[in-house]
Amino acid sequence: MAAHSRIVITGIGLTAPNGNAPEEFRSNLLSGKARISEVEVRYMGRHPAGVCDFDALRHQKRKELRNGTRAGSIAIYCAREALGDSGLAWENVNKARVGVYVGITEHGNVETENEIFNISRFNYDTKFWTHHHNPRTVANNPAGEVTMNLGITGPHYTIGAACAAGNAGLIQAAQMLQLGEVDLAFAGGVSESIHTFGIFAGFKNQGALAHHADPNKASRPFDRDRNGIVISEGGALFTVERQEDAVRRGAHIYGEILGWCINSDATNDVLPNPERQAGCIRIALERAGLLPKDIHIVNTHATATPLGDIQECRALGTIFENCPDTHINNTKSFIGHCMGAAGALELAANLPSFTDGIIHPTINVDNLDPECALPGLVLHTAKRVDCVGTILNNSFGMLGINSVLIVGKYRG
Amino acid sequence: MTKEQVQKIVLNIIAEIAPDEDLSNVAPEVRLRDQLSLDSMDFLDIVMELRKKHGIEVPEADYPRLASLTSCGEYLLPKFLAKA
Repeated sequence: MAAHSRIVITGIGLTAPNGNAPEEFRSNLLSGKARISEVEVRYMGRHPAGVCDFDALRHQKRKELRNGTRAGSIAIYCAREALGDSGLAWENVNKARVGVYVGITEHGNVETENEIFNISRFNYDTKFWTHHHNPRTVANNPAGEVTMNLGITGPHYTIGAACAAGNAGLIQAAQMLQLGEVDLAFAGGVSESIHTFGIFAGFKNQGALAHHADPNKASRPFDRDRNGIVISEGGALFTVERQEDAVRRGAHIYGEILGWCINSDATNDVLPNPERQAGCIRIALERAGLLPKDIHIVNTHATATPLGDIQECRALGTIFENCPDTHINNTKSFIGHCMGAAGALELAANLPSFTDGIIHPTINVDNLDPECALPGLVLHTAKRVDCVGTILNNSFGMLGINSVLIVGKYRG
Repeated sequence: MTKEQVQKIVLNIIAEIAPDEDLSNVAPEVRLRDQLSLDSMDFLDIVMELRKKHGIEVPEADYPRLASLTSCGEYLLPKFLAKA
């Protein structure tokens, strides 16, 4: 068992509403290009949403697309792209020593709603209910589809962690690598949630669904006039390895996972708890052996709900005061809330800062909410800094789950 | 309605559920599974599409009758005629 192995990220595969590859994604973030569409939501009319346009047939057959799920397809695309990016000689990899750990906010709503709609056209006679329903809706579906596509025979499962799930997938991978359960992991998160009206209706009736005449301005964390979440689909999976294995094969190392924490509010099913969020951040810092002033980028979870953004800013304010080198940004202002993929995609959004020294901004902040006016916020345009060596990635979710992941620039 | 027309209906269903398959040279007498990449879930899809699109029921005991296009034509024609 290699309990203290250093864990590194060696490959990135992603699809976001504004990019289907890390370079395209990064370019749009640095140039301030959001890409939110307006989509027709079943029973609900048109709403802003982040839609991905990756080429699903790049890595799947049409029959696989027909029988599988959107989340599975996103996961396969991300895993295959990460694998290609990693430089791994796949034919030489022992597939029994590979794990797939995919964070999800939810899974199965899309497929269940579709089937209920299907049988509604047959007077709700369940003999018209598809036999594909169960393999599509089992909670491990997106991870399992990856194993079938890539011939992976090691462990696979999803990590249901609401919108903290993207970080949770990576944390699971790091833990399993340290335990010696696997030698390579595909880890991160995915979301297909724009295809379920239930998520839209739930947020709308909770007063937390964004609306704006211009879809690209609908997701506006920290803005005084923010009015809720833009729901998006997307995914990001990373190849994750033990440092010694990555070095041995001469891999390019994007970053090193330095610390993490997952904790629970234990207070409310939807309202965040800034004390627990701050506690989560502090534990992650302690495990990473870092002080707040050592963090160069804080990627905020902020989803543009009126209360949630303020609560997170309170948590951050208690920790990152007097930290002149700490910059704070938000990726959701470009791509909306990619739910289970959010943490992973937002990490992928910021990892290039280790090499280009630029911090992508938060956009759509026309009038900064005074309660969100943290020092270090990067607004409107990208900011070049002397050095980015650490990223602290916040991802929080319903039922009071908080996840914080700290990634550092690899220094050998 | 003829057996050939029934075979065409089945072939169209297969085109839908197995869109990667080349169906231009399917031999009617040869078992479908021996010439196409179809599994048991695909045959359930054929049964479901017959039910949805044409109101045709195929009891589980009769699934082997769908083995080839020829057997499909022979087995399903009376059902289609009964629907007409």
